Amino acid sequence: MSDGRTAQDAAPKISVRGLHKSFGSKVVLDGLDIDCGVGESLVIIGGSGTGKSVLIKCILGLLHPESGSIRIDGVETVGMKRAGRTALMSKFGMLFQGAALFDSLRVWENVAFGLIQGRGMERAGAKTIALEKLASVGLGPEVGELRPAELSGGMQKRVALARAIAAEPEIIFFDEPTTGLDPIMADVINDLIIKCVREVGATAVSITHDMVSARKIGDRIAMLHKGKIVWRGPAGEIDASGNPFVDQFVHGRAEGPIQMEVRAV
Amino acid sequence: MTGFLASVGATFLGFLATTGRLAGFALMGLAGIFSPPFYPRLILRQIVYMGYYSLPVVGLTALFTGMVLALQSYTGFSRFNAESAVATVVVLSVTRELGPVIAGLMVAGRVGAAMAAEIGTMRVTDQIDALSTLSTDPYRYLVLPRLLAGLITMPLLVVVADIIGVFGGYLVSTYKLGFNVESYLVSTSQHLETSDVVSGLIKAGVFGFIVALMGCYHGYQSRGGAEGVGQATTYAVVSASILILVTDYLLTAALFGG
Repeated sequence: MSDGRTAQDAAPKISVRGLHKSFGSKVVLDGLDIDCGVGESLVIIGGSGTGKSVLIKCILGLLHPESGSIRIDGVETVGMKRAGRTALMSKFGMLFQGAALFDSLRVWENVAFGLIQGRGMERAGAKTIALEKLASVGLGPEVGELRPAELSGGMQKRVALARAIAAEPEIIFFDEPTTGLDPIMADVINDLIIKCVREVGATAVSITHDMVSARKIGDRIAMLHKGKIVWRGPAGEIDASGNPFVDQFVHGRAEGPIQMEVRAV
Repeated sequence: MTGFLASVGATFLGFLATTGRLAGFALMGLAGIFSPPFYPRLILRQIVYMGYYSLPVVGLTALFTGMVLALQSYTGFSRFNAESAVATVVVLSVTRELGPVIAGLMVAGRVGAAMAAEIGTMRVTDQIDALSTLSTDPYRYLVLPRLLAGLITMPLLVVVADIIGVFGGYLVSTYKLGFNVESYLVSTSQHLETSDVVSGLIKAGVFGFIVALMGCYHGYQSRGGAEGVGQATTYAVVSASILILVTDYLLTAALFGG
């Protein structure tokens, strides 16, 4: 993928400033700042419940932050009206943690959904593209006729990846792309993510706990803790970050500055 | 005492907040009916699911309701030598009241629950968020076709329920209670007015909207995995059933209250 620093130095594709989001009294994002350059692959790591998914959902407009700014290509998106938001969505692709495939539709219809419903494409043309995208993630046309419930977890992730790239979006979000997969399938998904993002020429933002995946798919890595970015840098420097939060997380140690909230039963 | 008052206040505020959210949800639906995009395929699919597949359960309930009604009214009226009123009572009760209410309650149990479960599952598995990321308004795609289907399908179902219900009364009256076939049919048609049927169909349209609204609203608001979906399903059926009975009284008072 592209050089992280160069992409970062140019006008950012995504720019987040001072983002605050709470649920009741629980503060999830606490004045978060982060940028992602054009064509860059940014990976956000952090413990469970630190707000990684909330950040992505705020950028996508699925959650509304209390304050702060989110700019996509320099355009402010916080408080954007519905029509503008729908147009903006055509720039995005998203691979959800649980794949989020539509149970009632066949696999090819899932992949072609954004083309048919979002862009008004004819079903026949959309099906051709869907089958091409399925082939690019290593799935044959016969899979296209199946229902999502008939697929394994790894195949569902691949279909979700094909759906995320089908409309050739400018920005693709990956939410825990390798969670729940065996190491080999996780590596297959990582390779497919790199290949697909390159083919589409998209900017990628991923969130993960999986450090193997983070190192492989990321140009830059940022660590989120208690609603703030506590470290950011090139993926190659993660092991020598000198940051105690990053060190504890990367090495998976229970002792360190990150204290897990464990309540006595 | 303070704790009790705080609890009552919190419950009341929660009720107001839910009512507000529900009203907003319903208004969005009513406004959306008149503006594109429409999804005719989805509307048709919902009409078939809500109407065609509900026919056996609605038909069977209507049949036995009409039969019981004939038996009960015969028992009552025979005490005043007014057996001849049975046909009229059956046809008026079924078309004005029992047809729409029975069909509404049965559809609330069958379709409202299924809507809440389907949309609720889509909510907790991120499928609704996935719709948004694919440039599709989930409300228009999931909710509007169901609301429209409810509005269109219930009157059609009630027409069928009315016919079967009256037929049930006819069967019991003529085969069990010994009524003359011709005079029973004459009594049935003689006292039935268009307004009786139309008022029932108006109720049916409203009940269909309520069933779909409750199913979609509770499904859309569900949180927290399987337990949340289960709760949404229960709330959808209970709230739709209660609202059907309350609205039935209000509509009856408005249409026939004089």
